[in-house]
Amino acid sequence: MRRYFGRKLFTYLITFFVAATIDWMIPRFMPGDPVAGLVSQTNGISPTAAQALADYYYKLFGLKESLPAQYLNFWNSLLHGNLGLSVYGHGTPVTDMIMAAVPYTLALLIPAILLSWWAGNTFGALAARRKWLDNTVLPVGYILTATPYMWLALVLSFVLAFSLRLFPLSGGYGFNLEPTLTWLFFTDLVAHWVLPFLSLFLVMFGGWAIGMRNMIIYELESDYSRYLETLGAPQSLVRKYAFRNAMLPQITGLALQLGVIVAGALVTEIVFSYPGVGHLVFAAIQSEDYFLLQGIFMFIIIGVLLANFIVDIVYVIVDPRTRVAMRGGTA
Amino acid sequence: MQVGKSRVLALLAAASIVASACGSSTATPTVAPTTGPGATPTVAPTAAPSATGLPATDTTVYPRAQTLYTSGKQWGAPSTWNPLDPNAAMGVVGLQYETLFLYDPIKDVYTPWLASGGSWDSTNTTYTINVRQGVTWSDGSAFTAADVAFSINLYQNTTLGSDLFTFVKAVTVSGNNVVVTFQGTPAYQEWNQDLYNMPMVPAAIWTQYNNENIFKFLNQNGVGTGPYMYKTAAQDRMVWVKNPNWWATAALGLSVQPTYIVDIVNSSNNVALGELLSGGLDLDNNYLPGIAQLVSGGYNITTYFAGPPYMLAGNTAWLVPNTKKKPLDDPAFRKALAEAINPQNVVVKDYGNIVAAANPTGLLPVWDKYVDQTVVKNLGVTFNTAKAKADLKAAGYKVGSDGFVTNKDGSPIKLNLEVPDGWSDWMEAENLIAADAALAGININPTHPDDATVVNDEKGTSSAAPTFDLVINNDVQIGSTPWTYYDYIFRQPEIAAGPARNRNYEQYDNAKAWALVQKLDQTLDVTAMQAITSQLQTIQLTDEPIIPLWYNGEWSQVNNSVWTNWPSDTTYHVQPATWNGYWQMGAIYMLTNIKPAG
Repeated sequence: MRRYFGRKLFTYLITFFVAATIDWMIPRFMPGDPVAGLVSQTNGISPTAAQALADYYYKLFGLKESLPAQYLNFWNSLLHGNLGLSVYGHGTPVTDMIMAAVPYTLALLIPAILLSWWAGNTFGALAARRKWLDNTVLPVGYILTATPYMWLALVLSFVLAFSLRLFPLSGGYGFNLEPTLTWLFFTDLVAHWVLPFLSLFLVMFGGWAIGMRNMIIYELESDYSRYLETLGAPQSLVRKYAFRNAMLPQITGLALQLGVIVAGALVTEIVFSYPGVGHLVFAAIQSEDYFLLQGIFMFIIIGVLLANFIVDIVYVIVDPRTRVAMRGGTA
Repeated sequence: MQVGKSRVLALLAAASIVASACGSSTATPTVAPTTGPGATPTVAPTAAPSATGLPATDTTVYPRAQTLYTSGKQWGAPSTWNPLDPNAAMGVVGLQYETLFLYDPIKDVYTPWLASGGSWDSTNTTYTINVRQGVTWSDGSAFTAADVAFSINLYQNTTLGSDLFTFVKAVTVSGNNVVVTFQGTPAYQEWNQDLYNMPMVPAAIWTQYNNENIFKFLNQNGVGTGPYMYKTAAQDRMVWVKNPNWWATAALGLSVQPTYIVDIVNSSNNVALGELLSGGLDLDNNYLPGIAQLVSGGYNITTYFAGPPYMLAGNTAWLVPNTKKKPLDDPAFRKALAEAINPQNVVVKDYGNIVAAANPTGLLPVWDKYVDQTVVKNLGVTFNTAKAKADLKAAGYKVGSDGFVTNKDGSPIKLNLEVPDGWSDWMEAENLIAADAALAGININPTHPDDATVVNDEKGTSSAAPTFDLVINNDVQIGSTPWTYYDYIFRQPEIAAGPARNRNYEQYDNAKAWALVQKLDQTLDVTAMQAITSQLQTIQLTDEPIIPLWYNGEWSQVNNSVWTNWPSDTTYHVQPATWNGYWQMGAIYMLTNIKPAG
């Protein structure tokens, strides 16, 4: 057991080092000078003032240093838990910006992913055994999963928010409110959450449902199921085994989705101006914000590694074959 | 499983009920406001947040009828409230910090603001500012001549990179006045411009920050003299609350109407349009496509003019040629290119008449009096494809086998025209320009790389010269002086490639023109200025260093559902924009004139 996790942990550390290095490199290979972009937003100032402002920013972000020095700075700050200052935020610490956005993203994606996973798997499994469900859930699932998030989001926003005025159009909470621990604020927060959530939930639901349905059919047709059937095992037992086997790939899929969760739902967040991490990613790319982009990717890297690690543990629990393999046996 | 399913349904139902209840509460908040319009807020808005980080009072709900929602200036989260930082949040200068004068570009008039007056001595070499008495800072202390002198002297701080002290010698307090002396001939035009752009800050607070780290002072919740004070800010908004003790109420009988101003960070077009049409946004200063149709669409949306061009002119969009590259280094070629383009095409087909074609000098309509019509008549370029072809031929450019003209050495010409990706109006404009040019035999390749690449190609970097062939640029905004405009075109010596290159992108080199620009800066009299601008126009229209295309609009569309009596052609004439510099150019009067609807 210890050797198994020790080996895993070592792999993760190496992966983290490589991923972080790539993370540092990618934004720096983007063409352009982020400071030039920042200064060009200031219309009408004199060239000397523009130069002074640029010098200030270069110094603030440490961009005038050599690349190796920037790379060392990066690790040094990272190990101190410092992700640097944001160009897009004109020098606001990246950690602050990400932390302000993460709650929105988590509140949006965790329920969307978990509920769609649960509902999708449930309906998918049922659909595999019931003709009428298969004839309804399957086509709906196909349509939903093929729908681009953006399109569905725009339709929902147009119909439910703009035309029917059931929900607000944009933002994380009303522009007429400040965050307080009040019922008014809470309900407003929920109202702003519903449409982005719904647009994500529906598309994801379709994907899970189809996946599960196909998986169950595959498992029910496999040799062990047929063997169980010929032995005279009751249908419910066969289905129970099929379901457990079919769940494994779905668990991996879920973990991977949860891993990249901090990346946010870029397109959905833009359509609804939802102040989550996806929105920040977009802004960071547009303003060549090395540090913000780097910081967000760092969260994603850690998220993916963490999720993989958890999957490893979950597999040990849910899949007896893994336990056997860990003890050196063969499944 | 059945239980689980119904649980989800119940959850969704509950969420939608809560949401729909909330949807209506956005329009009419259920919590009654504690303050009426104009009344003093019960708790000073400057009060520190409670230990939980949450404000302790219920001034956290802004009643719709007392709140103005704006958008357009802010491209990212508000992150600094330092009025000396050009990237300060919307309204920091204008709403919170004020200037000595206001300037009205429509009437070309300066209005004393934090100064009660200002004058040159008989020889026009010393300027005396009369400091307004009875003004207080939002912390209750008095605004004094010492604050004014301090605020101007701040520009000696080299971190700010100001040009002010290249021509100002000394700024001293004399009683209730501040006396400014100059080295040599004062740069009158720059000084006049500074008079309505320098924010006045309290010396008592700012002295300690006046060092090389002055930009690091973010000044959240700062102390100013203006009609608004900092309320709160978040990633997607900046909120101002009315200053109940604003000096201009007693001194000038002015009162800003909205108790709160919520400025929303620019979002995608669909969101901005949706919010404006549904009344979630009162004033939008972004380019919104198809606004001409919406004005007549029953949405209660209006613009400055009821018909074309709908918007005031805010800046000139030009085609900037890289005069360091062949064949754009040849004035004859540039002139032919200018003749080949029909800006009217862009005005009608791209903008649907919400902009107007620029006059051949490109000078904005507010500077009409500086246009020498005789020079324009004799030298001004007008659209004429046949003439463009003839001029190219006369200048020695032969037509190649593909129908496009070639360089004089026979090599093909293919000019890349760059505009930033996502700027839909300009992306369409560049296609129209390329199509026009093709008719005259000039091969233009319209491209739209991302904004950062355009900036990079246009400005160059410390290691690489600018690489562009043609770009569209609109950096010069309206203001008090055409000097800014000529400084932009003719600036010498060449500014080193990099972020600071924000003038003369075309890299046009003309010592005579630059001498005239400097002389213009040092001229106070309008007639004398006109004589200089006439000479500059002769040079400009002969050499065509930059090709004026159209007047980009001062994009401003308003919804009249909550606030009415907006600035317009038929009501009162002030700038309807929230952008940097516009509050001091009269937009502040918009806030004192708008009225709650019904």
